[in-house]
Amino acid sequence: MLKIWSMKKEQQKKDNDEAAAGGKKKKVTAAQLRVQKDLNELSLGSTMTTEFPDPDNILEFILTITPDEGQYTGGKFTFSFNMSASYPHEPPKVRCQQKIYHPNIDLEGKVCLNILREDWKPVLNLNAVIVGLQFLFLEPNASDPLNKEAADDLRQSRDNFRRNVKNSMAGGSIRGVQYDRVLLK
Amino acid sequence: MGASPEDSTARWQYLDHIRKTKGPFNPPSDEDEDTPEMLDTLGKSTILVIGAGGLGCEILKNLALSGFKNIHVIDMDTIDISNLNRQFLFRKADVGKSKAEVAAAFVERRVQGVEITPHNNKIQDFDEDFYMQFQMVVCGLDSIEARRWMNATLVNMVDDDNPDSLKPMIDGGTEGFKGQTRVVFPTMTPCIECQLDLYAPRAAVPLCTLATIPRQPEHCIEWAHIIAWDQEKPFPSLDKDDPEHITWLYQTALSRAQEFNIAGVTYSLTQGVVKNIIPAIASTNAIIAASCCNEALKIATTAAPALGFEDNYMSYHGDEAIYTNTFKYEKKEDCAVCGSLSKPLEVDPRWTLQELIDSLATNASAQLKKPSIRTESKTLYMRFPQSLEEKTRPNLDKTLREGLGLEEKQEIAVTDPAFPALSFKFFLRFT
Repeated sequence: MLKIWSMKKEQQKKDNDEAAAGGKKKKVTAAQLRVQKDLNELSLGSTMTTEFPDPDNILEFILTITPDEGQYTGGKFTFSFNMSASYPHEPPKVRCQQKIYHPNIDLEGKVCLNILREDWKPVLNLNAVIVGLQFLFLEPNASDPLNKEAADDLRQSRDNFRRNVKNSMAGGSIRGVQYDRVLLK
Repeated sequence: MGASPEDSTARWQYLDHIRKTKGPFNPPSDEDEDTPEMLDTLGKSTILVIGAGGLGCEILKNLALSGFKNIHVIDMDTIDISNLNRQFLFRKADVGKSKAEVAAAFVERRVQGVEITPHNNKIQDFDEDFYMQFQMVVCGLDSIEARRWMNATLVNMVDDDNPDSLKPMIDGGTEGFKGQTRVVFPTMTPCIECQLDLYAPRAAVPLCTLATIPRQPEHCIEWAHIIAWDQEKPFPSLDKDDPEHITWLYQTALSRAQEFNIAGVTYSLTQGVVKNIIPAIASTNAIIAASCCNEALKIATTAAPALGFEDNYMSYHGDEAIYTNTFKYEKKEDCAVCGSLSKPLEVDPRWTLQELIDSLATNASAQLKKPSIRTESKTLYMRFPQSLEEKTRPNLDKTLREGLGLEEKQEIAVTDPAFPALSFKFFLRFT
């Protein structure tokens, strides 16, 4: 036990390494560092913005998507992002904050996006997730339903689905379920 | 067994004999290792055991019987009836009591002269000052997350000016008939984070499968756990150790399984899926715990070469025939915990943050033109995304010490989109 320290000293000399720790201040965590990098590389385009309720906590933020193409054009949707200390070994937790009519998003805001769950890999980053979310609004997908009624509507009649999307975004109800008004204006 | 000194010496006679005998592989030493003082090092060192479950019970027993006299044990769990088949320090009457407390009391009663301090806590409840009191840490954990936390804490504690800050970590783990023992000398040898790739990611089922077309009993349980619980919120928050909560999940899963004609949902399967329980085998725990404790004894006494600097990983495979393999896992250069240890950065505490950023552009070891900078608890300046840039821009005109409250030796993390693969960690040195 006594010898370990002298071995460390020797190892340091050998590596000519001035590195090693610096006292007892709190260290930046691995998750924070990775999120910092991810945020630097985020490409939001014109349809997305972020908001940090507490700028000092970058592990939590809100993403706003305002699609300018597809059936959901004219709507404004916000998603909460939450990265645990295990990020990027665990995917970010993402939730839609409005109750919306969408085949791949349930009424609690859970999102069925493969990379948020079964296909998540640590090499993926926040950009991959927001691109995936954006895509869900362009191409709602009837084969991976979380909102089964919406998926059935989409499969049976695109026109009917389109009408329902419009109605729901204005705060209307479909089959007795009242949706949140998400129109920009 | 009596308490007289003669008896106590007799008790350790054979162990002392091993320690007094110099072998060809003993590390060379300047000191005379035969002195009573030297032999007493074992009794003086304080060792921490994390976990008082399957591995922990074995570890506590082994350490006490190996001559360690001051042991602390941390475990936040209470004893469940399903533990009793292998966690042999517990009896039926102990169900519901703290594992750490019951285990400590049992071993203290059984092995004379050992003092075991139980902590019925999470490891995260304690800070570096607490962990500083131990000479060594032995982990018998079932969660990757807890291992990573402990590992990061021990790596971060290493202070160049303080030899006592380096705490060897011995990590045991089992899964069915397989197991492993690893020794980490924080910052010197590969840490747990370096070896993270060894863990297979937990297989997840697509959310939409759970929601629409469950095929297996596990799907129904996951549905109850992830979707139905959220919709119905039968209790304010899910406590996986509360039988009432598990019963709710079990019944919800069962009725879903009946709806889809799926057989096999049981209470214990529900508990297993929700808590992600991996079946534990008592004898595998005993094998791995024994090897952990032998390494602890050897490291504490230098009685024989231990895992660590050369070979650092022993894997035991009992699932397909029987095979053990000891090898040297390499340190990962870009390890997020021990890879990029922070380098000193000389700054004038009266500089503004902008001046610090300007200096990074000309600093030979950084050369960063568009840096974003954070500390553990404060976002100093983030160039992207826009909302964060706007919120942190006012910091640019503030001075480091007075304006931003930065301190000597504070660690800062610097990233730059020009170098997506790199990040820089510095600790401030005031000039």
